[in-house]
Amino acid sequence: MSAHVAIVVFPGSNCEQDCERALRDLGCTTERVWHAESSLPDSDIVVLPGGFAHGDYLRTGAIARFSPVMEAVTTHATSGGLVIGICNGFQILCEAGLLPGALRKNSGLKFICRWVDLRVENNSTAFTSRAEIGQVLRIPINHFEGNWYCNDTVLAEMKEKGQIALRYVDSPNGALDATAGIVNSAGNVFGLMPHPERATEELLGSEDGRVILGSMIDHVSRVPHAQVS
Amino acid sequence: MKVDPGIHRDLGLTDAEFDAIRERLGREPSYTELAMFSVMWSEHCSYKSSKVHLSTLPTEGPHILVGPGEGAGVIEVAPGVAVAWKAESHNHPSFVEPFNGAATGVGGIVRDILSMGARPIALLDPLRFGPLDDARSRYLVEGVVSGISAYGNSIGVPTVGGETVFEECYAENPLVNVACLGVIEDKLMHGRAEGAGNSVVLIGSSTGRDGIGGASVLASAEFDETSMEKRPSVQVGDPFTEKLLIEACLELIRSDLLVGFQDLGAGGISCPTSEMSAKAGTGMQIDIDQVHRREPGMEPFEVMISESQERMMAVVAPAKLDDVLAVCRRWGLEARVIGTVTDSGRIEVQSEGSIVADVPAPALAEEGPVYERALDRPVWADSIQKAHPGDDPPEDLSSAVLDLLSDPSIASKRWVWEQYDHMIFLGTIQGPGGDAAVIRLPDTEVAVALSVDGPGRFCYLDPYEGARLAVAEAARNVACVGARPVAITNCLNFGNPEKSDVMWQFAEVIRGMGDACRALGTPVTGGNVSFYNETKGRAIFPTPVIGMLGVLDSPEKSVGLRLRRDGDSLVLLGDTNPQDFGGSGYSKVINGVVAGKPPLIDLDRELKLHRFLFEGCTGGLLVSAHDLSEGGLAIALCESAIPAEIGFKLDLSVEEDYRFLFAESPSRVLVSCDPSATDRLIAMAHELDVPARVIGAVGGSELSFGPGSVDLAEARDVYTNSLSAHIAGTS
Repeated sequence: MSAHVAIVVFPGSNCEQDCERALRDLGCTTERVWHAESSLPDSDIVVLPGGFAHGDYLRTGAIARFSPVMEAVTTHATSGGLVIGICNGFQILCEAGLLPGALRKNSGLKFICRWVDLRVENNSTAFTSRAEIGQVLRIPINHFEGNWYCNDTVLAEMKEKGQIALRYVDSPNGALDATAGIVNSAGNVFGLMPHPERATEELLGSEDGRVILGSMIDHVSRVPHAQVS
Repeated sequence: MKVDPGIHRDLGLTDAEFDAIRERLGREPSYTELAMFSVMWSEHCSYKSSKVHLSTLPTEGPHILVGPGEGAGVIEVAPGVAVAWKAESHNHPSFVEPFNGAATGVGGIVRDILSMGARPIALLDPLRFGPLDDARSRYLVEGVVSGISAYGNSIGVPTVGGETVFEECYAENPLVNVACLGVIEDKLMHGRAEGAGNSVVLIGSSTGRDGIGGASVLASAEFDETSMEKRPSVQVGDPFTEKLLIEACLELIRSDLLVGFQDLGAGGISCPTSEMSAKAGTGMQIDIDQVHRREPGMEPFEVMISESQERMMAVVAPAKLDDVLAVCRRWGLEARVIGTVTDSGRIEVQSEGSIVADVPAPALAEEGPVYERALDRPVWADSIQKAHPGDDPPEDLSSAVLDLLSDPSIASKRWVWEQYDHMIFLGTIQGPGGDAAVIRLPDTEVAVALSVDGPGRFCYLDPYEGARLAVAEAARNVACVGARPVAITNCLNFGNPEKSDVMWQFAEVIRGMGDACRALGTPVTGGNVSFYNETKGRAIFPTPVIGMLGVLDSPEKSVGLRLRRDGDSLVLLGDTNPQDFGGSGYSKVINGVVAGKPPLIDLDRELKLHRFLFEGCTGGLLVSAHDLSEGGLAIALCESAIPAEIGFKLDLSVEEDYRFLFAESPSRVLVSCDPSATDRLIAMAHELDVPARVIGAVGGSELSFGPGSVDLAEARDVYTNSLSAHIAGTS
């Protein structure tokens, strides 16, 4: 089967067309959902794309979490559906409480757009199953607030459950424990600062983003969301 | 309201211009009218000093769909695929307030592109500052770069290239230029107010007192000690609203809801009302009470000339008005009907029931003054050319290479471009840091190459030759990545046009640019003139920045500057004249001299070189290609080797000393190729009449020049980290 993906568009989102293109290249069908909607179409995967939702005013993701669509996203997540938040989407998921921790300004206090190496720490998640443990993925980052942080108790628990799925080989932003991507404890909500949709073609520098996007498509092919709920 | 005598001078109008306004109106102008004329007749909006020269430039070609005079030039790059391409300056605002000055510069050019119905998909930022040993220059660099970063990243348009140059003459007058490429999504729009009875709709941000007189007060006057008091004339940017504006307006165009469309930039509401009416032979009735305001108590003239950002003006047929307002509402944007198109030919402005302005639209938009300003080759032009060009030999060749690599103008600009999103839209085949950016247009297999180039030192030493060199280098840059150069935009930065030597520089640059564009087949599709780049009477170097657009037939075969493999042959294309040191990076950095004559370029040879690069690239012969520019062959070699982390070894004859390595003869390119392809490459070069010779081989951990060598790791460290160290003030 091919996965149907809902891509949520907030005012100020700007990576929706890139996610669309990358996912369609991988055989998905996609549909954009405006943030003011109160429900989601029937979909296997929900993507919160990168960008500057609501201008990132106040604090990244702080206003977006109150967008009407977020209730439907939460319902999708609590019923076991896959949700992936990329960059600004990750920030929104943290603000919405769907993922632990928070994203602070980069330690260098500068915006960084750069190719980075990521190490896969856990390949038993729905988002990393195509990778080997320890595999290094080359995927770009593009953010000012990617310095992920949480308290010691939460971190210990997350480590134990293997929730830190991706780490930077060389941390560019000061993130705690070099964390680049995390899953929730149920394993169906994933947030990462790097942009896998930007790494799906050799011509643009790397195909490693397909490992992430392809893993979640594999997952819903095995376990369609309709059967979960 | 009676106008105070002499107030026009405060608004930047001369007595003669004031008399001309009275003559056009047949009466005394009102205060609001005077304010409208002051912005529309300003140098920035009217091109009054440059028009007669710009009209000599070649502007036509088979692929040019829209030439100068509209929001942006439009070029057909493949059957059915058209792009908009334009450059702008925001020099003065950026000096007064670097963050917002640079940010709103990005916003302004993006709306220019949007006004053509194009989605903005790439930005390039040519920047020039004073030396970094001055704390104010460091502050300006930080502010400008973070302003571009904050705005460009937020609106989701990648910044894929640019230049960052440091020179004493820009210390108190930095140049913040910006170029933007857009792709026409559905249909080409025009800024025309057709159809009496249609509504005039103002879309986007509210109008406030920010940016009152930006065009007339800031952009069209020199700087002096009081300039910092002009801070309120700098606009404040809101990239979030700009992003909504882009999406909403593209949806309006896609849904075929608009008759005419134009951005609001310099001149505020006065500009699109008068320009769109004049172009269509119509007029407008404007009720400025309908303009949504940021603050109460604004005078009519303030509303008419405010340069509040993130606004567009649309002309809409009555039947489609509700749909337009609904689309804007959904995007969270204010949209207000502020007037109606008429057939009067006049811009009639009313406020609180009374007429505050009633002016023929062409008088504002098209009949501004045109000056043939005095121009005179200054005596100093001869003396600088006769002065010693600073080509004395280095004490030590290896140190000279390292000194050049650490110069902020030559060192890696990674510190700058890593702060810019340069990848969004999944089109960046080659991003910043190379000769040209290679951008695949969304949802197509068509790619274009973009480069900006403005050799100020060459233009200072000889504006005619400098301009020819500028066009040729920009074209060579796109040829190096495998593209055919097709058209240019420009941003022309000069001093005070009321001075005869500045005007001579301008005229010479235009003559050189025109000659080069004709020779290389790259017409001028538009651009921008920024005069009055002077502080305390000292002008900048004449700095024409050329924005070259090239088209690639085979994007997947595009090559970059990086060397790739041990054992590859290094081939130098083009001839080296060992006397070419006038205005060179070597003379400036090693000997502290900017003097002599710039290199002479033969544009026929240049054209042949482009042909070879195109054939070599599409034929798959080339592994890498890199234009030789500042620092000559030595620096080109380092720039190709360092990012690849591979060394090289040159094999030169004994008489080829430092001159061969550092001279800046034009029309030269360093290429590398597989050793088995070397003979074929040389043969093809001879066939196409391009000088070519093997000068060495790729490999090892040394940058070995022959007469000296540098450790690769040391060179990399210096090249990579110098700029950030200079900006941190630790160098």
